[in-house]
Amino acid sequence: MRDEATFRVKAGLAEMLKGGVIMDVVDAEQARIAEAAGACAVMALERVPSDIRRDGGVARMSDPEMIRGIQAAVTIPVMAKARIGHFAEARILEALEVDYIDESEVLTPADEANHIDKWPFKVPFVCGATNVGEALRRVGEGAAMIRSKGEAGTGDIVEAVRHLRTITGEIRRLSGLDEAELATAAKEHGAPLDLVRQTAREGRLPVVMFCAGGIATPADAALVMHLGAEGVFVGSGIFKSEDPETRAAAVVEATTHFQDWDRVLKASEGLGQAMTSIEARKLDPSQVLSDRGW
Amino acid sequence: MEVAGAERVAASALIGVLALQGDFAAHRQVLETLGAAVREVRTPDDLDGLDGLVLPGGESTTMTLGIEREGLAEPLRAVHVAGTPILGTCAGLIMADREHLGLMDMVARRNAFGRQVHSFEADLELGLDGGPVRAAFIRAPWIAEHGPGVEILAAVDGHAIAAREGRVTVLSFHPEITGEHRLHARFLREVLDVQAARR
Repeated sequence: MRDEATFRVKAGLAEMLKGGVIMDVVDAEQARIAEAAGACAVMALERVPSDIRRDGGVARMSDPEMIRGIQAAVTIPVMAKARIGHFAEARILEALEVDYIDESEVLTPADEANHIDKWPFKVPFVCGATNVGEALRRVGEGAAMIRSKGEAGTGDIVEAVRHLRTITGEIRRLSGLDEAELATAAKEHGAPLDLVRQTAREGRLPVVMFCAGGIATPADAALVMHLGAEGVFVGSGIFKSEDPETRAAAVVEATTHFQDWDRVLKASEGLGQAMTSIEARKLDPSQVLSDRGW
Repeated sequence: MEVAGAERVAASALIGVLALQGDFAAHRQVLETLGAAVREVRTPDDLDGLDGLVLPGGESTTMTLGIEREGLAEPLRAVHVAGTPILGTCAGLIMADREHLGLMDMVARRNAFGRQVHSFEADLELGLDGGPVRAAFIRAPWIAEHGPGVEILAAVDGHAIAAREGRVTVLSFHPEITGEHRLHARFLREVLDVQAARR
């Protein structure tokens, strides 16, 4: 008797991705480069976040044909993004048998009140979060993996650090509370009490947490791994840099050896120019992606 | 009870867990719960003095490239040749096959059960005290072919998903993430037997 797509196998795939790097790719050729550099998964999308920023307009789910091309090109897991609340896009991606759906603030939200109810899906979801309440609300909706949001497409790590430190700091504070205080904390965080209790007890989120949004260098990857990320997403940071192949392999190496500074040093040498970056605090408020989702 | 038996004596065993990428922390947690000391293995130096070795789940392509980058292939084979017990789960099963490290006379078929939407749990009879094993298959491989020296321990839909040859045991599934400790306990008992025989 088989039980397909249980929460345990959904969250379990994220366990298998741990310690790895998930790279944004826009075509089969980039997907092959990412795989050959040691990516543990690829995120298939039509435009990387820095191009979405530049082009403006409504950013939607990618063309399924393009995602199919990437699925055919690699054997590592293929993820794809759906708009926040757009369960029809998510059902299409599920029918396409992508391995993970990212319900992502990088795309233009489709529903300003509700995220997708992720429990009825067979495909697992990863969602962004800026604090522990947001993370646990997503898990409550069925997300099987969390990524701290950062500010995608900037190449500026500061927002990723802010979000990671917020999440890990809040978890540490929860762990020091008694039962009565946890109930109040659940209310304050706007998060389900059972998940708040579990987080406090275990000292970690109930699912794997990666870091995303602004990672551009091996040093950035090592930094966020030390701050509690269990792996990293790199969006524009690879294929908007001068030498994607070398940089991709270097970020993988630094993520594996983040505790060994000699290896992070070695990974940081001779990479050419990083992506063209934007200081996140100088963004016009209308250009900020990380405050999408709630 | 097998778990209690391992707990009593495993304290003297040092188990290496390949930690290039994947669910090495989950293996570490199970092994430490059973009383073993654990060392994460990222470079050849980390293999010195191990009593047992675990090849965890993860992405087999990423792991293969990492083994290449670190120059770990020959040192890992040497651990096997020295008779050290080895346990591989999922990607670890793939690492053990003829087309990778060649620790077992078999060939794995990757993602054999399909993409993630076809990942599943099932109860497996593995002859352990306490009944069947709850097994999580996540983009899991199966053993497509094997030589006469390989003992198949379990199958799903006629496909071999657990096997043993010499001191190498491989599983397509992940006991480390379903709270199943008995297979690790059995592995630790083998480690202790080998240790005792070497003294």
